[in-house]
Amino acid sequence: MNTLLKSALLLALLTGAAHAVEYNTLRPEQSRMTFVYKQMNVPLEGSFKRFNGQIIFDPAKPTLAKAMIEIDLASIDAGSDEANDEVAGKLWFNTKQFPSARFVSTSIKSLGNNRFEVAGKMSIKGRTHDASTPATFHPEGANGVFEGSFVLKRADYGLGEGMWADFGTVANEVQIKFRLVASSAAGKK
Amino acid sequence: MRHPASYTRTAIGLHWLVAIAIVTTFSVGLYMSDLPLSPDKLKIYSWHKWAGVTIFLLVAFRLMWRLTHLPPALPVGMPAWQHTAAEAAHWLLYALMIAVPLSGWLMSSAKGFQTVYFGVLPLPDLLAKNKELGKTLETVHQALNFTMAGLVLAHAGAALKHHFIDRDAVLARMLPFLKKA
Repeated sequence: MNTLLKSALLLALLTGAAHAVEYNTLRPEQSRMTFVYKQMNVPLEGSFKRFNGQIIFDPAKPTLAKAMIEIDLASIDAGSDEANDEVAGKLWFNTKQFPSARFVSTSIKSLGNNRFEVAGKMSIKGRTHDASTPATFHPEGANGVFEGSFVLKRADYGLGEGMWADFGTVANEVQIKFRLVASSAAGKK
Repeated sequence: MRHPASYTRTAIGLHWLVAIAIVTTFSVGLYMSDLPLSPDKLKIYSWHKWAGVTIFLLVAFRLMWRLTHLPPALPVGMPAWQHTAAEAAHWLLYALMIAVPLSGWLMSSAKGFQTVYFGVLPLPDLLAKNKELGKTLETVHQALNFTMAGLVLAHAGAALKHHFIDRDAVLARMLPFLKKA
């Protein structure tokens, strides 16, 4: 089979699949929400163990896609037990009063090549700001996988107040990385 | 090779520089480990780690210097067992001065905190993050430190004994201003 024919077949297969599928069920157990922050210029990795949300994405109509992600902030692993206790406290997330963070998409722009710019509202600790992130999409078996990363400035959301407000020890920029897996639940379409 | 009459200036300078650095870094280590989490604690931990890397480099240089420069001979008439003890203690001190910073570095890696020298130069993590291993290495770092502290006390005690009881020139070899005219 020559290459041209192969590509044509593959394309037909892909577009055929794309038209048939709408990803509408987030699979948190297969998804990952991690972050990297810098403390004294030492990069430290963390993650959120529990989050949920909704994703509606039709590869044929990507700009009509919607996403809402809610993170259970008490499920944070900031790298050490000491850090986990600290960030739950009032100076950081204040999880007793504000147990979750939420992102709600408002618009999705296609950048071509299955790359998108997702804009929305981020709410953490009672503060809401515009936020946007690049994201890529690729199908993986029966699922759709959305990946991306963006920089969140912790001071915008009052994360690290008082003695932590100075960026000399813990940097303002926190890199958020996500890998969200969504499936297409039959009958939900 | 013949033993020289005295230590080189380099050997004397390095001895006291490393001595001051070790006593300071050891004291800071004792103080910082019980601090509640705060930006100051994170700063002090970083400084402690930078100091450890610096001591390691200085000691590596010292060791090379020691291996290429014979120290002055010990006093004539010193009992053979003291010769052996002094020799053993010195090499053990060198071993600990190398092992203590190494154990700190490995402990940091196992606990998931990379060492970034002066906040600029990231040292590789030889160990992956592993909570249990981190705790074990913390115990190792402490044990090595207290062993070294004990040995340093014995080392200083022996030097003082030589000076005040035996009244020989052993301490003056490292503190030339004590030399009798």
